[in-house]
Amino acid sequence: MALSRQHDLHKRRFSRNLGLGLVLAAFVALIFGLTVAKVSTDDFTMPINEVTD
Amino acid sequence: MSDASVTASTPQTGEAGFGDYFALLKPRVMTLVVFTAFVGLYAAPGAVHPVVGFAAILFIAVGGGASGALNMWWDADIDRVMKRTRNRPIPSGRITESEAFGFGMTLAGFAVVMLALATNLLAGALLAFTIFFYVVIYSMWLKRWTPQNIVIGGAAGAFPPMIGWVAATGSFSLESVLMFALIFMWTPPHFWALALFMRSDYDDAGVPMLTVTHGRRATRVHILVYTVLLAALAIGAGFTSIGGPVYLATAVVLNALFLKGALAIWRRDEAMAEADKYKAERSFFKLSLLYLFAHFGAIALDTAMAPLGLGGW
Repeated sequence: MALSRQHDLHKRRFSRNLGLGLVLAAFVALIFGLTVAKVSTDDFTMPINEVTD
Repeated sequence: MSDASVTASTPQTGEAGFGDYFALLKPRVMTLVVFTAFVGLYAAPGAVHPVVGFAAILFIAVGGGASGALNMWWDADIDRVMKRTRNRPIPSGRITESEAFGFGMTLAGFAVVMLALATNLLAGALLAFTIFFYVVIYSMWLKRWTPQNIVIGGAAGAFPPMIGWVAATGSFSLESVLMFALIFMWTPPHFWALALFMRSDYDDAGVPMLTVTHGRRATRVHILVYTVLLAALAIGAGFTSIGGPVYLATAVVLNALFLKGALAIWRRDEAMAEADKYKAERSFFKLSLLYLFAHFGAIALDTAMAPLGLGGW
């Protein structure tokens, strides 16, 4: 039987793809936030000496 | 896995929606993990950046979810038999067993690595051990082998506040051990009460719950003994550094109610329980949910009030 565009299978796949897209977007935002939080702490130092030595 | 999978197999389509994958993470169990991990992290000394704290709790929750998915993969055969678990994504055929295994393993690895990167290596290692404990020690080994499955396996659910504490401080301490002990001692009476009123489920699945191996009278006695030990621990903890006025008041009231419930269960026999459809056992189970949330909520409240000179000792 051919699958119509409205088949339930498409709906389930759409929900899966949309959910995964949102999770990935949230993960990117979280990593960005974590990076900002980590580099803004007082004990964070750039490894300048290793580059200049 | 047992022959149950052969007798009650269902066609598997592998075409699951997003919600099915979410259900694989056992979201209700995850609320307990999130809340207790938050309290462990929040009550720990020293300041944690809010974003780091949020990420830590999220990765602990994902690790807990991964354990849930791997547990559902391993227990798919008994989940098909038990009424309570028959509609889970694998037994209902929406997700295949191999998909659940891959999903669980990927999430487990992801959660451990991310927690170690976001906080510290010890927290990541402790999360990895917790997942291992729940999946291998509890699900694969203890659950189908000994009636003490819940007692020892309960440790897996007791680790989250300790992981939260370690994520914040980088080390263990007495306070984190006390929070662990509170959940560890709470787990057996909580599950044995459930086993009493979900009467045929564990029998049908062949899981050696105490109700099946030692009988229902012995289970009632065990509930009372563990509740007495739990009450001593919970109230005793109120005089330590995790305690405070809010915690102590909460512990005294709730442990009195919990002991009353356990005594009622101990006094009853099966005829009495069946006559009122396990009313006392059901209300004890409901109270056990409130019990744990209230104890950890009180620890958080005492921590929040400490800067005002009102919480803690």
